[in-house]
Parts: sequence; C-alpha cells; structure tokens
Amino acid sequence: MSTPLEHDYIGLSETSSVERSSDKIPSSSSSSSSSTHPNEDKTTRTSLNLKGTELRLGLPGSQSPERKVSLFCKDLESNERSNGFAVSPLKNLMSGAKRGFSDAIDGPNGKWVFPMNGKCDVELAKGAILASPRAVLEGKNKLPSGREVGGLPQSPKPVQDKNILVPSANEHSNAPASKAQVVGWPPIRSFRKNTMASNSAKNSEDAAGCLYVKVSMDGAPYLRKVDLKTYKTYKEISSALEKMFTCFTLGHCSSNGLAVRDGLSESRLMDLLHGSEYVLTYEDKDGDWMLVGDVPWEMFIDTCKRLRIVKGSEAIGLAPRAMEKCKNQS
Amino acid sequence: MEPSELKRSKDSPNSDESTRRSSFPDEVLERVLSLLKSHRDRSSVSLVCKDWYNAERWSRTHVFIGNCYSVSPEIVARRFPKIRSVTLKGKPRFSDFNLVPENWGADIHAWLVVFAAKYPFLEELRLKRMAISDESLEFLAVSFPNFKALSLLSCDGFSTNGLAAIATHCKNLTELDIQENGIDDKGGSWLSCFPESFTSLEVLNFANLSSDINFDALERLVGRCKSMRVLKLNRSVSLEQLQRLLVNAPQLAELGTGSFSEELTFRQYVELESALSNCKNMHTLSGLWDAKGIYLPALYPVCTHLTFLNLSYAALRSDELAKLLAHCPRLKRLWVLDTVEDKGLEAVGLNCPLLEELRVFPADPFDEEIIHGVTEAGFVAVSFGCPRLHYVLYFCRQMTNAAVATIVQNCPDFTHFRLCIMNPGQPDYITNEPMDEAFGAVVKTCTKLQRLSVSGRLTDLTFEYIGRYAKNLETLSVAFAGSSDWGMQCVMGGCSKLRKLEIRDCPFGNAALLSGLEKYESMRSLWMSACNVTMNGCRLLAREMPRLNVEVMKEDGSDDSQADKVYVYRSIAGPRRDAPPSVLTL
Repeated sequence: MSTPLEHDYIGLSETSSVERSSDKIPSSSSSSSSSTHPNEDKTTRTSLNLKGTELRLGLPGSQSPERKVSLFCKDLESNERSNGFAVSPLKNLMSGAKRGFSDAIDGPNGKWVFPMNGKCDVELAKGAILASPRAVLEGKNKLPSGREVGGLPQSPKPVQDKNILVPSANEHSNAPASKAQVVGWPPIRSFRKNTMASNSAKNSEDAAGCLYVKVSMDGAPYLRKVDLKTYKTYKEISSALEKMFTCFTLGHCSSNGLAVRDGLSESRLMDLLHGSEYVLTYEDKDGDWMLVGDVPWEMFIDTCKRLRIVKGSEAIGLAPRAMEKCKNQS
Repeated sequence: MEPSELKRSKDSPNSDESTRRSSFPDEVLERVLSLLKSHRDRSSVSLVCKDWYNAERWSRTHVFIGNCYSVSPEIVARRFPKIRSVTLKGKPRFSDFNLVPENWGADIHAWLVVFAAKYPFLEELRLKRMAISDESLEFLAVSFPNFKALSLLSCDGFSTNGLAAIATHCKNLTELDIQENGIDDKGGSWLSCFPESFTSLEVLNFANLSSDINFDALERLVGRCKSMRVLKLNRSVSLEQLQRLLVNAPQLAELGTGSFSEELTFRQYVELESALSNCKNMHTLSGLWDAKGIYLPALYPVCTHLTFLNLSYAALRSDELAKLLAHCPRLKRLWVLDTVEDKGLEAVGLNCPLLEELRVFPADPFDEEIIHGVTEAGFVAVSFGCPRLHYVLYFCRQMTNAAVATIVQNCPDFTHFRLCIMNPGQPDYITNEPMDEAFGAVVKTCTKLQRLSVSGRLTDLTFEYIGRYAKNLETLSVAFAGSSDWGMQCVMGGCSKLRKLEIRDCPFGNAALLSGLEKYESMRSLWMSACNVTMNGCRLLAREMPRLNVEVMKEDGSDDSQADKVYVYRSIAGPRRDAPPSVLTL
C-alpha cells in the first residue's frame, strides 16, 4: 500500500483541527509522526522523542516536570509494536519520572499516565493494563476506540467528533492503535463495530484458523491428523483420539474397558495408560518428546508439533511422574 | 362525508367548469388514488391539477418524510388529514459513523404532539436516525389507542424503559422492530410487560439488545401470538431455547436466531433440526451469533427455500460457508463477514445463481495488520456466477481497475454499487494507478445505477465520468477523493437526478459548493465535512438560496473561517429553531 499522495490539501492544516490532520492516514509508520499534530512545534516534537528514549530513574512519587516524554517511547515501539501503542507522540504528554499509583491517576491532564523507568516494557505493559487490558493481554495490534466502546455492556453512541489518536479526548482512555485512525472510517455503524469488537476479543485464539498435527500410534498401519483448534481441553482431545484409534486398540482392551470415565481432569490419559497401556505424547518445538497433560492447554497447542500414542512400556522413561500417579491411583 | 363536502365546495363556484371537466366524480378519483402506494407516484399525481391535488391529499394514508426538517408537523397535518402511517428520517447519514454531534436534533417529540392532536388514529411510526426519549415513547404508547407498528432504526436517546411502556400500553401492537439503535439497555424486563391477554404481535425484533430477557415470558408470548411471522432474537437466547420457540411457531417467515454456539447433545441437535425443518414458510434467516460450523447442518432443511441469509454476525470460514451455500439454491440476498474470504465468495458464485444482493462486512475493520478478508478476486468470482447481482456493499483492502471492469461487464444491472476500499486513498494495488477507471467502468456500463459509494485513490476524472454517465444516479457518497473543485462541479452539473450527496475529506471548496446553487432545491440534502469550504462560502449560499437551510457544525479549536461540517437541505419550514449551539444556521 503506497502512501496516499494527493492529500496535499490537508497541508494547509496549519489552522485546521487536530482531527482533520489525523484524517490523513500514513500507511508507513515512519511518516506518521511528522504528519499529525500540526499544533505542536516540530522541533519540540523531535526533541521530545530524543528525551523520551532516555531512561531515567527517580524516587517514587517524585515528578520531574521539566521532562516531558511521550507516553509511548520510540524504542518501545520497535519491540512492542504489537501492543497497539501509538507511533506518534501524543497531545497528552506527561512527566516521566517514576511515580506512585495515585500520581499516575492525577497526571497533568487528569488522565491515566504511566510510570517510566528502566524496565520500560514491563512497566508500560503493567501500566497499560490500567487503561486497556485487552490490548496488552492479547498482545495484538487491535485496539481502536470502537473496540473499547464495545467492551461496555451498554454503549450509547460514543463521544462524537473526537480525535481517536488523543486519549484525553476519549472518555474511555484506551491505548490508541499504532496507526492513525479516522473518525467514522471505515463507515460501519456503531452496533456492528461494537459487536465485532467483542467477537474478535473472544475469538482471538481462533484467528489463525486451524492447527492440524499428525497423530501416530505405535503399531497402527497409518497416521491420522487432528485440528488442535477444535478442542478446548485435554479431556476432549483424548476422547477424540480414543475414538479415532479404537480400531487399533481393540485387541488390547483391559478388563475394565476403555469406557471408564471418572470425570477427573487429565485422568482420561491415565485411563488410557491404566487400561490399555498407551500413553499420549507430543513433540514440541524443540524437538523433544513430552508427556501430554503437564502444561496448560493454551501452551500445549502453541508448542505441539505432532502427537504420538506410545505403548506404555516405552513411555516409562518419558513419564516417570505418570507412572507414579498410576501407582498412587491403583 | 368529508369528500362530498369537498365536492360541494368545489362545484358551486365553478359550475361552468364542472361541465367542461370530465365527468369523473371525486369519489371515484379518490378511490383510484387510494390504491396508489408509492409516495413518488402520489407526489406526481398531486401536481397534475388542483382537483387531483385535493383528491390525493384526502386519500393518502401513509406519508414518507425523508428529512424531518424539510417540513413541519403542522404543515404535514394541514395537508394530509387522514394519515395513519408515518415514516420519518432525521439525522444525516454520516451520524451513523459519529460525524454528527450527539445533541444535533431530529427529536420526534414535537411531531408526536401534533400527531396526537391531528392523527389520533395513527397506527404506524417508522423512524430512522431520529432522537427519541423514553418520555416520547411513553407519550406515544398512551396517545394512540390504535397504534400497531413501531420501527426504530439507528435512533438514539431511549432505553428499554421506553420499550416497556410500549409493551404495556399498546394493546393492538402488531410490530415492534428495534434495530441498531443507540439504546440504553437497562435489562430485559420490558419483554415481560406484554400482558398475558396480548396476542396480536406479528413482528418482534430485539436482536440488537444485549440483555437477557425472561425466556418464559418470551415463550408464552410467542406461543399465544399465532400470527407471528417475524421473530428476531438476541444473543442471550440459546439454541435449546430457540428449539422450544420454534416448536410453537412453525409459521415463522423470518427468523433471527440467538446464539448459535452452545454445546448440544445429539438429541437436542436432532430436535433443533426437526423444529427448523417444520418451518416451511421461512424465507429469511439471520442472527447466528457465534455460529459454530458443526451446527450449521441443522439449517439445511430451511436453506432450500431461503431467499435472504444474513450471516453478518457469524464469523464463518470459507469451507463452512461453502457447505452451507450448497443447500441454498434460491438465495437472492446474502450478507456475510469477510472471514469467509475469497474462497467463500467463490462458493457464492458457484451455488447461488439467483443472487441479487451481496453485502460483505469486515470482521476486523480497524486492524490494519490483518491480511485476511476479501480481495478483488472474491468479488470477481461472484460476478461470474451471479449475473443478476444488482446490489453490492463490499468492504475490502485491495482492488484493481481491471477487476471492477470485469465485474460490471458480468453484472451490468447494478442499481447500488457501494465499494469501500478500507485504506483511504489507496490506488490500484497492481498498477498503482488511481481507481478512476474502475468507477468509470461502473457508470458507463451500469446505466440503471441509483446509488454509488466510491473509495480508493480518485482524481477529478472519476467525477467527470460520474457527471457524464451516471444519469440515473440519486445518491453519491464520496470520501478522501478528488483533486480539485472541478470534480464536484462535474457531479453537480451532470447528475440530473441527484438527490443526496455526502462528501467527507475531499479538496472541494467554495467554488464547488456554489456550483450547485440551482441544484440543491431539487435535492434532499448535501453534506460536506472536512473539505475546503469556508464560512463565507456558506453565507453566500444561504443568501442566494433562501429556501435552503444552510447549517454549519463547528468543532472545538477549529479556525473561525473554516466551515468544518456543512449540511444543506431544502425546507418549506424555514430554519429550524431547535439547533444546538454548535450548529449555526446561516
């Protein structure tokens, strides 16, 4: 996408509103900082940026009013692009020294401000949680003001005519997106905007589509493939795999049968282990073979590359804990 | 009695003329005219002669007012004494996208007061982009004993308390249609306000309210309203509850499901499928919030006779959509999210040859790092498979001139072409040229075009094309486009049927504004925001054209000489008196 060139008319924006100037949407972030906020002195802006990348420490609660930094410093931006922080300096600059929580609330503009110290990324992330939990926790670059509005259970039409780039003007004080956003563009009604916002917050894990991994079973003549995204718990995947591979294990049914469901969590795997001497293992990103069930589900689907159903006897070296559990249960 | 009184008063002074006039009794004329429904036909009829004007005004029962400030309620009541149904539109369309201040106006209350006095037997009120308070809704509910139908679209200022008043007092209510409003949702108890004796409801749409309603109350309501044909539920209604409702309402013609995603047992699934398959009259399906692909097959029996499928709140993948569409051969209107991607649209082209309308909404409109969504390829694929396509709303992130040329070649009958390339000012992504030729192709090929929304990088050439070829164009929406005043001048000079023009963020200034001087009185309205128009230009326009209302909305901190937002409309009611301080009437 090339930078739109014919917006020269906006160049006469010496006198135009801040909102109008932000209507110009630079497609590359490097140009954005020079295109917004004509009301500020250019030199001040550049010098602010330099100052902003300076790391300084101060006593808690102390303020250094002579130092103004932009909320989202530039070197942060390169590491944390996905956190949805603005590239360009914002209207509501705040003092940068380390400050206590109450100071944070009572910042110069009376808006949320964040402590700046050596641990830039972490602190900022923490501070940002105050204003926009979704943006940071998801770590994704999607947080328009429309989204924040959507987070409210009831949202009358949001504040009109305010520059989305400037949180001080927005009563929801969310972190702006990394690119300039235009009021009322794309032209979508508020209801739909808000609904889609809460939808994608819910489904953000599903955004990548499907995650197919191979499943092999010792002794089976062929492999299967499963979509890890269609399951939400270990219980689900183990019962699904059980169904899939039942035909291969019939000859190995234990006396109490495979159908025992105690309703315990990962105990399905233990049942498999218990009843049919099979263990579910997976290969992770490092190439190591691990026992399924140890880590939280989200982490598991993130790292799992393929699955293997292993005969219990071979799994002993792999899963000493599992064997212990098994012993404790029997 | 009144028509014959009218006749007497006309006959006496003009007895000579009455013999020369064709012996066409007024009663017959009025009877014939009463069959005319289209308000445009009626307007034409009323211009023929004074007799016809009178006959028409006495026989009119429905009035459509496209701009509530173009006329006053008193004027309407004076001209049309027998109105039973009113449709009113208020704010400029860009208020949907937050470009109009909250307190701008378009309040219904003054209208209701006049109606209560002049039309006590009012039955229907359909409002779009009006401000309506709970007090107004209560006033409405108690003032009109025959009140039957209330439809609110994109309105704001009220809460569910107002709905409770309607439910409580309107004993003859047949329609309650609450769509996409800025409503203060205080809870679902309003639904329980329908009395147990109430059975007349035919249309109930509360899909856009978020609170839980009392399901038992809903179930009883649906059970006793045997004539119900439209039911659109909100997200809080589960699949299992849906099944229970459908069992009692197989006559439904339009259904909006609630949430379509809970875990169902096999038996529940079968029951749902069975309940749906009993709905033999169903032609419209919507809702499907959070739809999970695995439950969509339950819809297959309904799909065979569906003509309108609204999946715009269901983030389906391409394969899920393809499977579903294989069962929808009769589809005429389809709304989807761009999660279906180009592959999903290919399936549209393959399965729905009768398709006339397609709307593709963006699932993630503000995320610029997304590379999913639909492209020009999807649109082209649909055009190959659906030659009857005449209405399109398409949100995409890339487009080419060649693709649009192909599309209109395949589908030359477009009446509504609304293309939104989401990155403002974006050129043809392959040739890097402006999108002028794309819209040139549209207006040259689609001679029936009534509505056009343009986007992408556009020079004045686009508007030259529009002015030269779009002779039937009535509504034009322009954003981030054009190079100079010439563009808008071409449109004002060439589009003889233009009625609504809305422009934002374009380099059109006073010369452009004033080029339409004679045109604005034949239009409903003009909107220009973030353009180059100045206060002086607006003052000049206001001075030259006294029958136009020229309103300027100023923003905080803007230059005094710039006219940030301009709204111009014709009016026989004079300048309005309820404008807030931020709106200046010149």
